[in-house]
Amino acid sequence: MASSPYPWLNPALVVGGLSPLVMLAVQGPRGELGPNAIEAALHQTGLLALVLLLASLACTPLRLVAGWTWPARVRRTLGLLAFTYAVAHFLVYAVVDQGLAWGTLWADVTERPFITVGFAALVLLVPLAVTSTNRWVRRLGFPRWQRLHRLAYVAAALGVVHFVWRVKKDVTEPLLYGAVLAVLLALRVGEALRKRRVRAAAAARNPA
Amino acid sequence: MSDTPPAEPPSSEVTPEKTYLRRRELLKNAGLFAGTAVAVAGGLHLLGRKQTRPMDRFVPDAGRVTFPVVKGPYDTDEPPTSYEDVTTYNNFYEFGFDKNDPARFAHTLKTRPWSVVIDGEVHKPQTVDMEQLSSWFPLEERVYRMRCVEAWSMVIPWLGFPLAALLQRVAPTSHAKYVAFTTLLDSEQMPGQRRGLLDWPYTEALRLDEAQHPLTLMATGLYGRELPNQNGAPLRLVVPWKYGFKGIKSIVRITLTREEPMTTWRLAAPREYGFYANVNPAVSHPRWSQASERRIGDFERRPTLPFNGYAEQVAHLYTGMDLRRFY
Repeated sequence: MASSPYPWLNPALVVGGLSPLVMLAVQGPRGELGPNAIEAALHQTGLLALVLLLASLACTPLRLVAGWTWPARVRRTLGLLAFTYAVAHFLVYAVVDQGLAWGTLWADVTERPFITVGFAALVLLVPLAVTSTNRWVRRLGFPRWQRLHRLAYVAAALGVVHFVWRVKKDVTEPLLYGAVLAVLLALRVGEALRKRRVRAAAAARNPA
Repeated sequence: MSDTPPAEPPSSEVTPEKTYLRRRELLKNAGLFAGTAVAVAGGLHLLGRKQTRPMDRFVPDAGRVTFPVVKGPYDTDEPPTSYEDVTTYNNFYEFGFDKNDPARFAHTLKTRPWSVVIDGEVHKPQTVDMEQLSSWFPLEERVYRMRCVEAWSMVIPWLGFPLAALLQRVAPTSHAKYVAFTTLLDSEQMPGQRRGLLDWPYTEALRLDEAQHPLTLMATGLYGRELPNQNGAPLRLVVPWKYGFKGIKSIVRITLTREEPMTTWRLAAPREYGFYANVNPAVSHPRWSQASERRIGDFERRPTLPFNGYAEQVAHLYTGMDLRRFY
């Protein structure tokens, strides 16, 4: 780690990535978030959770397309930032908006599909955040760890669905994020197919 | 020429080369760190929704109504929502989908001259100029609760006249059962209509007895001032026991009909928006529980009242109806 060519990259991401959250915490109590501050905080935390999750999913495609290796070093930071915003989003909803009214929260999660999928996305991100350390990678073994962390794709897809179902009429913005996710996943599928072909060709050349 | 070597600074003042290089490295990295942090922060801030508080921080003097205003019945004594919030937090999709879009963009609407067509099942169909129409009735102030289907609410001091008075003047025929309202269709003045997200022009409707109810108001102002464009100038409907989307803005046509008219939101999402749209804490919208609401400016939610607290005045209109079916 000490020999990393960009030692400033991860700390800069953390500071820059958390600054909107700090701004919300400052602006909210000062009444600078508009007439419906809670709704504004919900929108911003939710949007940033999705954006950062998509950014973390863009690291591998960037390497495949552009040949860059630095995104791989910030992927964990982006993923943890996304998780932070997802948790903040949930806390704003459960604590600030609903005042921890358990009955209402339960009814929302079980009866309102858009909340169900959003909650499911958050739950899926929990094991990924917990196993984000190097120790957990070693403990699980990389292949298993990697399979587990593919849940991020599911969480991102649920996040997009959550956004689409939340919007009253204009689905342009959520569909834009859906399109970005589709491109990122398509690049991964393309790479997986290419690898399979290479392996098959190798196997054909050297029959065991 | 001298043989003595040039005087050197004492070694304590010389930075060793390694430290010197590391310091430059450190400065470079600090710069890159700061630059990246600021770029990331800026990017994420831009992605978050813009919160603008344009407009006046207080009630403006301009547009103050100069003629006498009668105090209306049925006022709530709850404190009114601030003028600023009432005029900057609006749903008026003809001017954009964000709550602060209407306040920013509705200036393109020309409210003078303005005329309203009244037709259909009436004995005296007519087209009436707005100035003339408002001169027919004394203006009343009505402080009403307003409840949006998105589970927020406000208290607004409206100025206006009962719709019943206008209907009486045009004399409905015995076939009239419903009253339909239509907004202006003009994408030059209402740029949001260029996007086909709703079936423009916006239409709304009431049953005739709802329209004739003394609570039902045709509003031409609020807070003792003319109605701002974003609030539906020059003439809008206010039905305080129904969700806000029934309160159609900038009305150009009022048509009395025999059949139940189709309405905009019902056409867009029939499962979510019914014809009646009575405020009902027992019937949830698929996305918003209607059991509670947040009054704009409040921190905590409050329980929603049946018919938005006007049950005593209006519940009898719906006797025998299943309000889960007729939502």
